[in-house]
Amino acid sequence: MSSATTPPDSDPNGRRRIHSMLKLYYGLNEEGKAADQAESLDPCDINGPHFDPEVYLNKLRKECSLGELMDHESCMVKQIRSLDSDMQTLVYENYNKFISATDTIRKMKNDFKKMEDEMDCLSANMASITEFSARISGTLQDQHAQITKLSGVHTLLRKLQFLFELPARLNKCLELQAYAQAVSAHRRARCVLQQYSHMPSFRGIQDDCHVIMEQLAQQLRQKFRDGGSSAKDLSECVELLLQLDEPAEELCDKFLSHAQSRLEADLQGLEAELKDSAVTDTGGGSVQKTSPGSNPVSPSSSVINPFLSPTAGTDILEFIDRGCNEFVSSLCLVIASYQELFINRPQEGELASKNIPEMANGKLHVFVDTLAARYFSLVERRIQEEKGVSDNSLLVRALDRFHRRLQAISKLLPGSAVPSHGTEIVVQAARQRIKQYLSALQTFYHDSLTDVRQALAAPRLAVGGASASGGGASSKDATPSLPELLASLSNFILNQLKSVLASVHLFTAKDITFSNKPYFKGEFCSQGVREGLVVSFIKFICQSSRQYCESAGDRGGSTPPALLLLLSRLCLDYETSTISYILTLTDEQFLVQHHTPVTPVTALCAEAREAAQKLLNHYVKVQGLIISQMLRKSVETRDWVNTIEPRNVRAVMKRVVEDTTSIDVQVGLLYEEGVRKAHSSDSSKRTFSVYSSSRQQIRYAPSYTPSAPMDTNLLSNIHKLFSERIDIFSPVEFNKVSVLTGIIKISLKTFLECVRLRTFGRYGLQQIQVDCHYLQMYLWRFVSDENLVHFLLDEIVCSAAHRCLDPSPMEQSVIEVICERAVRADWSDAVKANSVF
Amino acid sequence: MEDDAPVIYGLEFQARALTAQTAETDAIRFLVGTQSLKFDNQIHIIDFDDENNVINKSVLLHDAGEIWHISGSPADKAVLTTCYSKTSESRVLTCAAVWRMPPEWESGNHESPDDSSNNPQTLELLCHLDNTAHGSVACVLWEPMGDGKRVISLAENHVLLWDLQESSTKATISSSATLEGKGQLKFTAGKWSPHHNNTQLATANDTAIRGWDLRSMSQIYCIENAHGQLVRDLDFNPNKQYYLASCGDDCKVKFWDVRHINEPVKCLEEHSHWVWSVRYNHSHDQLLLTGSSDSRVILSNMVSISSEPFGHLVDDDELSDNEESQQEDKGKEPLQDSIIATYEEHEDSVYAVEWSAADPWLFASLSYDGRLVINRVPRALKYRILL
Repeated sequence: MSSATTPPDSDPNGRRRIHSMLKLYYGLNEEGKAADQAESLDPCDINGPHFDPEVYLNKLRKECSLGELMDHESCMVKQIRSLDSDMQTLVYENYNKFISATDTIRKMKNDFKKMEDEMDCLSANMASITEFSARISGTLQDQHAQITKLSGVHTLLRKLQFLFELPARLNKCLELQAYAQAVSAHRRARCVLQQYSHMPSFRGIQDDCHVIMEQLAQQLRQKFRDGGSSAKDLSECVELLLQLDEPAEELCDKFLSHAQSRLEADLQGLEAELKDSAVTDTGGGSVQKTSPGSNPVSPSSSVINPFLSPTAGTDILEFIDRGCNEFVSSLCLVIASYQELFINRPQEGELASKNIPEMANGKLHVFVDTLAARYFSLVERRIQEEKGVSDNSLLVRALDRFHRRLQAISKLLPGSAVPSHGTEIVVQAARQRIKQYLSALQTFYHDSLTDVRQALAAPRLAVGGASASGGGASSKDATPSLPELLASLSNFILNQLKSVLASVHLFTAKDITFSNKPYFKGEFCSQGVREGLVVSFIKFICQSSRQYCESAGDRGGSTPPALLLLLSRLCLDYETSTISYILTLTDEQFLVQHHTPVTPVTALCAEAREAAQKLLNHYVKVQGLIISQMLRKSVETRDWVNTIEPRNVRAVMKRVVEDTTSIDVQVGLLYEEGVRKAHSSDSSKRTFSVYSSSRQQIRYAPSYTPSAPMDTNLLSNIHKLFSERIDIFSPVEFNKVSVLTGIIKISLKTFLECVRLRTFGRYGLQQIQVDCHYLQMYLWRFVSDENLVHFLLDEIVCSAAHRCLDPSPMEQSVIEVICERAVRADWSDAVKANSVF
Repeated sequence: MEDDAPVIYGLEFQARALTAQTAETDAIRFLVGTQSLKFDNQIHIIDFDDENNVINKSVLLHDAGEIWHISGSPADKAVLTTCYSKTSESRVLTCAAVWRMPPEWESGNHESPDDSSNNPQTLELLCHLDNTAHGSVACVLWEPMGDGKRVISLAENHVLLWDLQESSTKATISSSATLEGKGQLKFTAGKWSPHHNNTQLATANDTAIRGWDLRSMSQIYCIENAHGQLVRDLDFNPNKQYYLASCGDDCKVKFWDVRHINEPVKCLEEHSHWVWSVRYNHSHDQLLLTGSSDSRVILSNMVSISSEPFGHLVDDDELSDNEESQQEDKGKEPLQDSIIATYEEHEDSVYAVEWSAADPWLFASLSYDGRLVINRVPRALKYRILL
């Protein structure tokens, strides 16, 4: 209002002052205080409250010129005038407002007087209304109570009606198969009926309801039992039954027994199949024998035989498939729906307290376990029938499937022992399989050996012929030679072993579910494959080789010597290379981690070497005995006293030389030459003459003069100078010379012992001389130390001389002539024999 | 204590026949028969003086021929039998005879040993066991522990039981048996069983061992192929009546229970050539001696099949009484079948080994070159067996 009235040309200070003055007047001094204070400090501020006209005037007089003072004075006058007019305007305006306000107040005073009268009238009215209303409510009171009572009766009646209608309603529901409604209706009525059951009418209703509900439960059970209905129906059914206070345990049992009957049928189907296949198995499943006519060169014909599987009605994969698809999947279904019904159901109300899931779970476990046990026993039986080792992949796949399907159960039923039991079965099957492979390998080995035996028996002539020709140039007949037989045998065995390893390897393939089980990672590889299969097989080879030595020893050469030789070489090859190769191969293939101690390669090698040594020793023994036997018979059966003057070398000696030569050839085929002691420069047949002339006389000397014990000791000392102790049946080295030396030692020692048991006439001694000379001419070349032959032959002639009634030895030259003649005859025979060949 | 070194005695002739003087129980005495075709053969009586470790020998002349087998009477220490070969009309036949040693040999020997060898006394012939009808005699066996009146001779394929009458000057065949079969059958060795009242005999021919009942002179058992090669010798376990040891050309020594003849009870294969002789110790049947043509003599301890129980004979109560002895026994317990010793003093084939009749811890072995070696069971073992 003031701003509107102030002239627009007035400065802001002037306006403010007016404002503040107005404010002071009206008691409004809150705002603009700061500005006032700031202004008030300056005494020269004309608008400030501390304005000092005196100071202001002095200041103006000091600072301004006259002109300026004049201007200032005029400006001041102008401002004062405008202020004055403003003041006047304000006073007028406010005066008017006072007047109108006074008018208004006067008018209001009149109006309030009138309103007071009206208010008095209203309060009188209200009092009369209250009075009327009280009167009305007093009259209505009784009727209201009556109405409330009636409405209560009405609801009770409706309930009663419901109760009385309940049996009929339930019946109807039953007819309509609206079981859920029936059950809910019954549930609602149940408590009431229970409560008032002492009243006969209610009792009747209750009994009726009971009967009906019994019927209903019966129907539900029936439905439940039929089981043909869908899972949803079934679950509803179960729920209703549970609500009907049917014991959950019984329901579980029923459900399970119902499921069991179905699963049982599956199992019986499997069992029937098992029986069928068993019948066919025994019919055609036996391992076929090798045909005797099979070509000995390639035992492969018989090789496959032990690996042919019995072609039964259904193979194991089909069986397992069927088992999985029928039994396992329905078992899974049963488990799933059971869990749906009894375990995973949201529990409400009283049902929750009964702890059904726990009970149901227990039952389920028992149920699954018993059924699975039966299933497993069937599977086990089937697996056991799987004796043929032809196609391992089939078995592995079957086992894989079996195992895989069981995982489903493990997912459904986390705590179940079934999957672990299943794994157990797989492990068992794997073990079984390894055993089967081992025995198949063993059979295979035996069959191969039989083949080799036949091959050896057949070409006997060829080998003999070749050796008779003296050098063994030709054994290139249709029949295989020893090295070929050896190579093929060892190849067959190795290949077979490899293929078996490959088959077994399937168990650990990456895509097989059970291959990552700890058993298949660790024990299967190390204990199963390495120890149980490979090591056992190698041990078996050694073992069976040793048996050849033992069994043949007493019964006299039932094993052909060549086989002994061959096996010995085989074992030796195993020792040098094959064993470490096989084991490295195995370790690589199976990544064997040796958690448990395994047989070290060295132990196996030692065993193989021992077997090889034993075989070779036995070979030497057998061959030595064959020759010994000839020599012994020839010495024992002859009347040496009354024999005629020797004209020729006895045929037996030629046989001995022939046989020795053929043995030499035979051994040479498989074993290296070996080292001989350095031949003395005169190592020819001439050396032999020494003993018969000079040495012999020395040896004779003591016996001619009866002597004291001293002399005999001297004699034996001299004897000792010439020879070291000779071990006759001593172990030989793995080379030809050593073998031959062993054989010749045995033969000559026999010769010696036999000679010592006989008495000779003059010509008997001479015949022995001739024979020994002949042997000397041939045998020295076979042995490592020709002195050995010299010594033994020397000993023979000496002993013969001792045992001679008329010891007059033959002239050395005559002996030589006779022997030369014999040798020439041999050569011409050999040439003839060669030309025949 | 160190074991005594073996005592070696050399004969100037080759020799195969060795026996202990069975009837002599005081002196350790062995008889050796020589083999020589050119000179008069001798029987060396070798007395071993255990205390001084010295051998005293006497020589008796045996001019009938070279001796293949010798055997002393169990009743009269002066009586012995020999099997000797006789050459007549360029035919060699092995005969058997009963001899008596001249009574003076012992005294004469001791006074001047040198004289006796220079002027040997001759054996007195008591009687021939006439075998002209039956062929060469392999061996003569006295009735074990008998009265020296009965002997058996094995001639070719005949078993002849002789009765010696009139102080052994007359021999008559009381019964005989003949082994029939294919080929030329010939007994190589035999042994009269000391069990069953001396009614059993075991013989060896080729690879077979046969048992005979002397009352009926019939075969009671036959172990075919007892050895892979020829069977060379037999011996009965003196304390276990059904046990029998055999040896042969397959270098093996086998032990048989004649009630179960399919398999040997045990088999040893220690020699590297034919085993010619096997002998049980007379008192401690776990000790077994074998001689072989590999020139070795092996003494084995066959505890597991001996009549003596393992380890000790101490009663149980004693054991519980005395803890210490139990401890000791446990230390001793592992007496396994084992070779005790291999004796390598011989340089030629050993054809005969014998235990002394007087000292059970002493034995002799004879090799072809005429070397006789007397050895003892190692003391350690002896004490172990005794204590």
